[in-house]
Amino acid sequence: MTTTHLLIVATVLAAVSYFAGRARAWSVARENGGIRQLHSLPTHHGALVAIWCFVPALLLVVVWKLAEPVYIGNIVNANVPAELSAGDERQIALYRNDVENLISDGDASQITDDGKRALGERLLAQRSSSSLALTLLALAAALGGAAFAYKRIAAPTRARHSVERVVKFLLVSSASLAILTTLGIVLSVLFESLRFFQQVSFTEFVFGTSWSPQTAIRADQIGSSGSFGAIPLFTGTLLISAIALLVAVPFGLMSAIYLAEYASPRMRNITKPLLEILAGIPTVVYGFFAALTVAPAIREFGSVIGLSVSSESALAAGAVMGIMIIPFVSSLSDDVITAVPQAMRDGSYALGSTKSETVRKVVIPAALPGIVGGVLLAASRAIGETMIVVMAAGLAANITANPLEAVTTVTVQIVTLLTGDQEFDSAKTLAAFALGLMLFVVTLVLNVIALLVVRRYREQYE
Amino acid sequence: MNDILSPPVSRAGLHEEPTANTVLQEIKATVGTATVENPKMQARNVDVHYGEKQAIFDVSLDIGNNEVVAMIGPSGCGKSTFLRCLNRMNDSIPSCRVSGEMSLDGEDLYGPDLDPVLLRARVGMVFQKPNPFAKSIYDNVAYGPRIHGLAGNRGELDEIVTESLKRAGLFDEVKDRLDAPGTGLSGGQQQRLCIARTIAVSPEVILMDEPCSALDPIATARIEELIDELRQNYAIAIVTHSMQQAARVSQRTAYFHLGKLVEVNDTNSVFTNPQHELTENYITGRFG
Amino acid sequence: MSVESSHTAAPAQPSPATAHVKAGLARRYAAEKRFRLYGIIAIGASLAFLAMLLISIVSKGLPAFSQTFIQLDVPLDIDTLDIDAETAEAVQEGSLPASELRRANYNGAIREALRERFPDVSGRSDRRALYKLVSTGAQYDLARIVMDDPSLLGQRQTLWLPTDDEIGALVKRGADLTQADTLSTRLDDKSIAWAADLDANNEFDVRFNTTFFKNGDSREPELAGIRAALVGSAYTLLITFLLSFPVAVASAIYLEEFAPQNRWTDLVEVNINNLAAVPSIVFGLLGLAVFINFFHLPRSAPVVGGIVLSLMTLPTIIISSRAALKSVPPSIREAARGLGASELQVVFHHVLPLAMPGILTGTIIGLAQALGETAPLLMIGMVAFIVDIPQGITDSATVLPVQVYLWADSPERAFTEKTSAAIMVLLAFLIVMNAVAVMLRKRFERRW
Repeated sequence: MTTTHLLIVATVLAAVSYFAGRARAWSVARENGGIRQLHSLPTHHGALVAIWCFVPALLLVVVWKLAEPVYIGNIVNANVPAELSAGDERQIALYRNDVENLISDGDASQITDDGKRALGERLLAQRSSSSLALTLLALAAALGGAAFAYKRIAAPTRARHSVERVVKFLLVSSASLAILTTLGIVLSVLFESLRFFQQVSFTEFVFGTSWSPQTAIRADQIGSSGSFGAIPLFTGTLLISAIALLVAVPFGLMSAIYLAEYASPRMRNITKPLLEILAGIPTVVYGFFAALTVAPAIREFGSVIGLSVSSESALAAGAVMGIMIIPFVSSLSDDVITAVPQAMRDGSYALGSTKSETVRKVVIPAALPGIVGGVLLAASRAIGETMIVVMAAGLAANITANPLEAVTTVTVQIVTLLTGDQEFDSAKTLAAFALGLMLFVVTLVLNVIALLVVRRYREQYE
Repeated sequence: MNDILSPPVSRAGLHEEPTANTVLQEIKATVGTATVENPKMQARNVDVHYGEKQAIFDVSLDIGNNEVVAMIGPSGCGKSTFLRCLNRMNDSIPSCRVSGEMSLDGEDLYGPDLDPVLLRARVGMVFQKPNPFAKSIYDNVAYGPRIHGLAGNRGELDEIVTESLKRAGLFDEVKDRLDAPGTGLSGGQQQRLCIARTIAVSPEVILMDEPCSALDPIATARIEELIDELRQNYAIAIVTHSMQQAARVSQRTAYFHLGKLVEVNDTNSVFTNPQHELTENYITGRFG
Repeated sequence: MSVESSHTAAPAQPSPATAHVKAGLARRYAAEKRFRLYGIIAIGASLAFLAMLLISIVSKGLPAFSQTFIQLDVPLDIDTLDIDAETAEAVQEGSLPASELRRANYNGAIREALRERFPDVSGRSDRRALYKLVSTGAQYDLARIVMDDPSLLGQRQTLWLPTDDEIGALVKRGADLTQADTLSTRLDDKSIAWAADLDANNEFDVRFNTTFFKNGDSREPELAGIRAALVGSAYTLLITFLLSFPVAVASAIYLEEFAPQNRWTDLVEVNINNLAAVPSIVFGLLGLAVFINFFHLPRSAPVVGGIVLSLMTLPTIIISSRAALKSVPPSIREAARGLGASELQVVFHHVLPLAMPGILTGTIIGLAQALGETAPLLMIGMVAFIVDIPQGITDSATVLPVQVYLWADSPERAFTEKTSAAIMVLLAFLIVMNAVAVMLRKRFERRW
């Protein structure tokens, strides 16, 4: 039986156990003079039996499946030809892959190579016996667990407590998944980055000014030792993000102010959702628009006024990214502006200030921490944005502050390095993880600061 | 209570069915003298509606120069609403309609030529809860003079700020930390800061909406002293919950009930010899 | 006693301060007007951009939803089709399956039809240009027609077959084919003259483009479709939903209803808020390193895409689910507790059902986000060129936004049209999802 089949059978058994347990609880209740004599409801008893049926079987399958590859790995290592077992792991893996392909039809007898046939036959035999053993053991565990719980059904049994403990455990584990995800991100990115820094020094990566990640595939290739100075990527990312913020902050902030302070409720009800649409459009659509419409338009405009503009200018990507972030800035600012107490506005009006004076000199300074937090979040989003720059910014690793030139960014390089077929161990692919680490750390710091600032701001007015 | 913050729908208290206890004598017209010799502000036959609901019914009242007029009455009687109409703070509530005549020095407050910004520079207001801006003490007071361009240079501005803080009786306590945020002061200090902020604009009238309700007794006493001093230069209208406060600070007292002005007279005669039964019931503590 | 109205008050004697205030008013009101104007400009510009984006995409993408067909009188005799007579007979009798006819020379039949239609065309290069009027995919259509009805063999059939993309675009646009020099096209004058002749005889027809919805990707623009990407998106989204919904709801319940106030809970909360702001591409790196390189799940498969996207959407759904749970008033919990319900019964019998509409709204919005996401899927190899419709969650697949990305990179001009059309389909799905979310919220919104 395959694992899937096994789990389906276990589920069915669990369902049967549920009904059996519930029925027995009912009969126990009748014997004792009614359901009130039971500590827990029959459904709880049923659920407990089902849990005792399913969980042991599941645990067994999981442990088995984790242990099996190790065991099989040992068999392989013991059965590879002597000249290979002394060599490195990769060759063993290749050899094993070969054998796996040959026995994929479930038949090893046709293999011509003696060594491979022997290994193939061992593997096939091992698999079938392992599968059989697992099936039997799992079924035994399911039935045994169910029987155990079934026999324990009695009036004083605290089935509800046990069931609730299991459910609570599930709730806690779900909540902890967030931590696990973060841990997974940190570990995976960090681990690969460390491997990268064994090949390229950290200082060269962080302070180097030349980026050309083409490492030689063959030793005799010319002029492609690869250099991994990431400064051009950092400056490129900064340039594009700065352009994006220059667009997003004034437009977003002014929209938020207008909507919060001036607009009639009707206009607010219409305009706000429309602005939110900008945030809901997939980034790949913005990328397409930037590359196909905005960039050529900027270039043409440049040539009309006599400026040479790169067809993949930082300006096009940055401006479109800025427009994408407008609703982000405006909705965050809107929140903090409306959180400023009306009493403060009243105080200002009572002194005879106009609306704009109240907004500029009282409301905005009061809301400033919240707005700064929002801008930081927007900056973090701009730095991490991928599709717009992949499609509209170039690959040229220039260090420049000229928005009309082409620059490349951290995210563009990650995508470039990791799409297509690459060997996973080369410095080139590992560099992507080092860039990912930088990206993660920078955005994390920005996010934490922003969240703290915003949180403190909220507490101030609550 | 703060009328502007509570949505009109929640003002059900205004329209509770009159019970035998509250309406002993029908309010036909205001008892007492609503006019003064030398009025700074005048209100005539003022009605105020929030949407469909009427909050003020036919109120007429003068506020004279150099006097403190106290407005008292049970919660929801419309005294705060009336006060806020005097410098058009109710403009920010779209459903609020004011009819009747209100004037400052004879100038119609709701006339087409009147500029609410200019009006509020002349008729200042102090609120129930101290509401300093999220700025330094200095900037809080300097805010009004700055937006109105009242000071020609930094020296003049310093002088206005110092003078206002002194007149509000706050200067000695904060003179060493004018750069500290205004929100960091104690409640009583914050309220005096708000008063200093108001007089820095040199208004002609000051409206006070229960200025002491959020303060402790000692801070209240200081504010009351201050109000008495300010009377030398300004016309003052104060809404208060506390009859004792009204008796202490005001020269005239107006008693509001369910949106109507029941009685208005010298403070002394209102408290010692109320002419309307409702007033008497209120000041003797039968309801309120 | 009534009050007599007196308007005898002294006329205004403005104080010096008041005069000062008055002097500055004009300037201040001008500033007020300017400030308001900035606000209107900001909103106007944002909305104008939105309109520009949508108009540009719709105007580019609309033509992709129609396709031009050419009417041809195709000879289906076995000589032209290069089928031996026995096979043809056997198939017609039903003793051989129709698929035996798959390898016939349908292209030859189409070319023959073209030659008959334009008997004057001679010379190799001219003929080759002539053949190009018809799409290279037309032979597959013809094959399907013949295999569906083998009795057509040996007859002549008047059929509508798809044209080549370049000429199709001209016809769709309704261009005046008799004015060859006014057209901006890569076609030569002769081809345009033939097309004009066909056009004059009503031998062109523009129909709804079913190919676009029936095919997978293709190198030929007129054959490329979004079916494979749509199915891939559906699988991926299904996995995302199945994983993220239960886990997110469970987390939200724990954090909102049971979590004690301690460091661990704080850490989890900070974590969730942070994850919501981690760049999506980082989730792609996680997927690549953990699920593909460590757990050896298949590359390019919807199952990995779904896992990565569910990790990405989890924070969004958790945050909105918590808000929904929080909005259920404590009085409901107290009432249930007062009847002797256990903590879990309180939550699962009372709080959760009341919060469900809010939770579902958040889930749909999270899924809409996942549907539009591209970057993390590039990392796990869902950028492959997928012609076949994926059959399961472990087949190689691509998704709609990645298809958009791939087509946007293609040099052929016709792919621009396809890209815009794919974007329109993607946006249509997003609009529907958001509309459902808004409806749910409106319909079930409760005010306590």
